Amino acid sequence: MSRELLQRVSDSGAGAATIKSITLNPREGHHNPTIIGFEAGLMNAVGYSNAGIEEAKKEFADLSAIPIPIIASIVAENAGEFAQLAGEIDSMKQFSAIELPLSCPHTPGFGLLAGQGTPEATGEITKAVREKTKLPIFVKLSPNVPGIGAIAGAAEKAGASAITAVNTLGPGMLIDINSRKPVLDFKCGGISGPALRPVAVRCVYDVYESVKIPIIGVGGILTGRDAIEMILAGATAIGIGSGIYYRGMNVFAQVCREMEMWMKKNKVKNLDEIRGQAHA
Amino acid sequence: MLDYPVGVAIKEIIDENANVKTFVLDAHLEARPGQFIMVWVPRIDEKPFSLSKISGDIAITVQKKGKATEKMHEMRAVEILGIRGPYGNGFDAGRAKSACIVAGGIGAAPLVPLAEALQNSTFILGARTKNDLLFEDRLRKCSELYITTDDGSAGEKGFNTQVLEKLLAGGKKFDAVFCCGPEPMMRHVFEICEKHRIPLQASLERFMKCGGLGICGQCSVNGIRVCADGPVFGNEMLGKMLEFGISARLKTGKSVPLKEYAEWRQK
Repeated sequence: MSRELLQRVSDSGAGAATIKSITLNPREGHHNPTIIGFEAGLMNAVGYSNAGIEEAKKEFADLSAIPIPIIASIVAENAGEFAQLAGEIDSMKQFSAIELPLSCPHTPGFGLLAGQGTPEATGEITKAVREKTKLPIFVKLSPNVPGIGAIAGAAEKAGASAITAVNTLGPGMLIDINSRKPVLDFKCGGISGPALRPVAVRCVYDVYESVKIPIIGVGGILTGRDAIEMILAGATAIGIGSGIYYRGMNVFAQVCREMEMWMKKNKVKNLDEIRGQAHA
Repeated sequence: MLDYPVGVAIKEIIDENANVKTFVLDAHLEARPGQFIMVWVPRIDEKPFSLSKISGDIAITVQKKGKATEKMHEMRAVEILGIRGPYGNGFDAGRAKSACIVAGGIGAAPLVPLAEALQNSTFILGARTKNDLLFEDRLRKCSELYITTDDGSAGEKGFNTQVLEKLLAGGKKFDAVFCCGPEPMMRHVFEICEKHRIPLQASLERFMKCGGLGICGQCSVNGIRVCADGPVFGNEMLGKMLEFGISARLKTGKSVPLKEYAEWRQK
């Protein structure tokens, strides 16, 4: 992702932005189609295409003109590589936090397909990264597990500063009935957007019961109403990705305005008043 | 929203020249000139193509250049391609009364339906050689056609931009210029239009992934998304794009000089 797109997202009203995940070496990712939209959401199998850490050091060499915190997302095949990448990110002194997506459902060698989604592996990777940096660590979890709370707990114990919940759902598959072939080149992909939202809300709810550290709620948030729902489930902050597809770049400012309207109408002065209130 | 490819049959294949074929598809779309569709070659790849015909059955015009287009060139009528779209803003023919259209090579594809919609425009068609000229017959019917070739095998020897400059120097007034072609050519057209203060609409090309959905960032030019904010840009936006005519991103997202990008696209 380019520095200028981060700038644009900042100009559009986002309070922070996460870069596209970086790996040690450049990756082209899967062939197209990599991202499609269906009736209830988006489905993607991009396959972590990125220019690698050395190029990332050039692209993001100076983020000082961007007024919002920028979160570095890193992915690797094992704890040692995660630690190495975290060290590189830390020494760049441009990022405000490091996100560890240990939860991609569709890229061989990474995330769920590399077994990173267990409490043990999550703990091991988080610990290895913690030893390399004092930056806040956000561990991004998968909804495709029987007990997300236990994994969040393992991350917290190993030194995570926050939990990002959740990564995409699935993987799912779409078959074109005319050519009779799966549409995504990787055949299957992670589901985001509205189809993911109720699952994400439940995951945030479960994680809130399991850890003390803050939660970043992500998954199908398109409106202020959806964001408030996440806060009620226990989220401290919310993330938007697919929402750009549904509402354009202005989605950030729109969601903020809709949240403010709801707060005004319901006489809520501070979101802390309602955070986690669905648990009461 | 349906933004996944749906298989449609190829109805007819027209050989434009040795390297270019037009695929008429069994599909109707409400679209405007300059918009594009994502075309899926099952099991191979998915790529953006401008519509070279919009009324009735739609068509795309495809230059053989890399794996997906090579496969397309081997296909026969009745075989299936997946399509989604249309995407992008397209050209705004708006109030143009005396338009000039500048096309280079395969860049003529999105400009033919524009010329047919405008009628009576000045059309400068540039190509490498006589054999590479596209849509000559269609264009003669709807526009005042000027032809240039790099080797002089047809029309004037040289670049289409030279004709544009010559027409302007001769006192010809255009209230709009539209262009599509190799990016250095479009950069030159942009400079000419800036000098003469003529509103320009240029259609850009970048490697795409989400192709029209606007969420992956792959096609970004200085933070501006070709697939969702474009692909057609006016003078003001073009002026902001410092990478326009200079650099583009490979599939990894790495930014490289246009020449290196063009070589990679041939693979």
